[in-house]
Amino acid sequence: MIEGKVWKYGDDVNTDVIFAGKYTYKPLTPAEMAEHALEDLDPSFAKGVKPGDIVVAGKNFGCGSSREQAATCIKAAGVAAVVAVSFSRLFFRNAINEGLPVVELAAGTDFVRKDDQIQIDFEKGVVTHNGKGYPFPALPREVLAILNDGGLIPHLKKVLAGSRG
Amino acid sequence: MGMTFAQKVLAKKAGFASVAVGQIVDVEPDFCLSHDNTAAIAKTFAKLGVEKVKNPERFVIVLDHTVPASTEEYAQGHKEIRAFVAKQGIKAFYDAGVGICHQVLPEMGFALPGNLILGSDSHTTAYGAFGAFSAGVGRSEMAALYATSRIWLKTPASFKIEVKGKLQEPVTSKDLVLKIIGDLGADGALYKSVEFTGEAVGAMSLSSRLVLSNMAVEMGAKNGYCAPDAKTFAFLEGRAVAKYTPIYPDPDADYERTLTYDAATLGPQVARPHTVDNVVPVEDVEGTKIDQALLGTCTNGRLEDLRQAARFLEGKKISRGVRMIVLPASREVLLDALREGLIETFVRAGAMVLNPGCGPCLGAHEGVMAAGEVCISTANRNFQGRMGSSEAATYLASPATVAASAVLGAIADPRKAGRGGGA
Repeated sequence: MIEGKVWKYGDDVNTDVIFAGKYTYKPLTPAEMAEHALEDLDPSFAKGVKPGDIVVAGKNFGCGSSREQAATCIKAAGVAAVVAVSFSRLFFRNAINEGLPVVELAAGTDFVRKDDQIQIDFEKGVVTHNGKGYPFPALPREVLAILNDGGLIPHLKKVLAGSRG
Repeated sequence: MGMTFAQKVLAKKAGFASVAVGQIVDVEPDFCLSHDNTAAIAKTFAKLGVEKVKNPERFVIVLDHTVPASTEEYAQGHKEIRAFVAKQGIKAFYDAGVGICHQVLPEMGFALPGNLILGSDSHTTAYGAFGAFSAGVGRSEMAALYATSRIWLKTPASFKIEVKGKLQEPVTSKDLVLKIIGDLGADGALYKSVEFTGEAVGAMSLSSRLVLSNMAVEMGAKNGYCAPDAKTFAFLEGRAVAKYTPIYPDPDADYERTLTYDAATLGPQVARPHTVDNVVPVEDVEGTKIDQALLGTCTNGRLEDLRQAARFLEGKKISRGVRMIVLPASREVLLDALREGLIETFVRAGAMVLNPGCGPCLGAHEGVMAAGEVCISTANRNFQGRMGSSEAATYLASPATVAASAVLGAIADPRKAGRGGGA
């Protein structure tokens, strides 16, 4: 269960406004990436985001490029989860692989506003806002295993160590 | 009930007789692609503690995004990649200048019907034009593929898009795919396998089909398939790096949606800033002043694209104050364009012809935009800030529309533009 303050955005937030192409081939650390998170969408985000905050958006979050830094920079900024009506498949995979929880609320996210507090119960699959619960489907077992290990690389290290042992 | 293309290819790769929509399968791709991001992927791979890439013959690495290096950082990345491919024995390495990955893989015979191809680039969907199941993945996933050659994929539901009739010159597959994306929206085919079919698709060259499959990702699709045919097999003759077995959907396959288009009535289309689905007929934006015109990219940098653009530039001058940039998609395309005199046409018209590569499409170098400037481009994305300033604007269109606009100095309807001979 996590609880955090909301940064609210609209539909089709694309990877270029999350993490611009001009930075994608620079060898940046996750902390440096976080300084550019959502730069062309909301310049106040990188300065104002606090650990544990939650990004809430509309449909097709993270559309566009395969660039994994779109997930890395949000995670490194301290965001605890991204909630959206739907995700682009590449952002969805990249977020899981970076250990950034993603919650798909197909019923909509219009009820949430910037600076609201929301709770997410991953075990029960419920987002709670102003005392009202909004259910979301659990992630498939294979996907959850990666997320629970903190991302694909730590997960694979564990699997490879297991197969050697 | 029969199976769609996506079901059939994933069932085959997973070793099952059939797979259901939504089923997660563990599969081994036939080929995997990465580009300049290989430098970062190699660093992630090193964290896994695995010494050697498993099956190095399945990996194709193309330097295209920031070539030739415009900064010391990019140069360092390229240097690390050259050392990585040498150490790992990756033979299919194409250094700066060979071309854009999504043109180089087909030219070098890696885009094979019935194959599963994954790439750490979202426009990996392109190889669907050859009847492959091809999709983008992230950098961590590519590092994991280096180590294990395996990945999980979810079996997508499918859309069938049937295009009847014939496209009317100068209308191209770019106009068609923009129209479809405009109708469906940027998430209209989210997570779906899209199958392009019908008379117009059958009549298209492979270069034109590549535009459909390349841009399938702009409607959210996982892959975009065109049925391989005699043209596909002829192209692959003497190029294919391996034997292949084409896969076709069953006639009684189940599609979540079927859409029908009439190619004959379609006019030129333009995607306005700042989303690819913000599409209107060219008439709606005619006269919009431009500062830059970009011809090239993995979407429209092929020989037929350069030929089409050249017809609008022959004997003409690019409008004063407009910069036109031409990037052939590959060295092979550049050589063909040289032989046909297309490059001379571009240069005489006042265009800058740059090296094969991604150029300014992603805003990394070679023609980025200042605040308040407007570009008309044959690329596949027009997101805010993509080509430089977040206050610049990019319109997407066909090579014909881009070339006609460069001459006029404003967005032009190519059907009205006088062509050739300085008329």
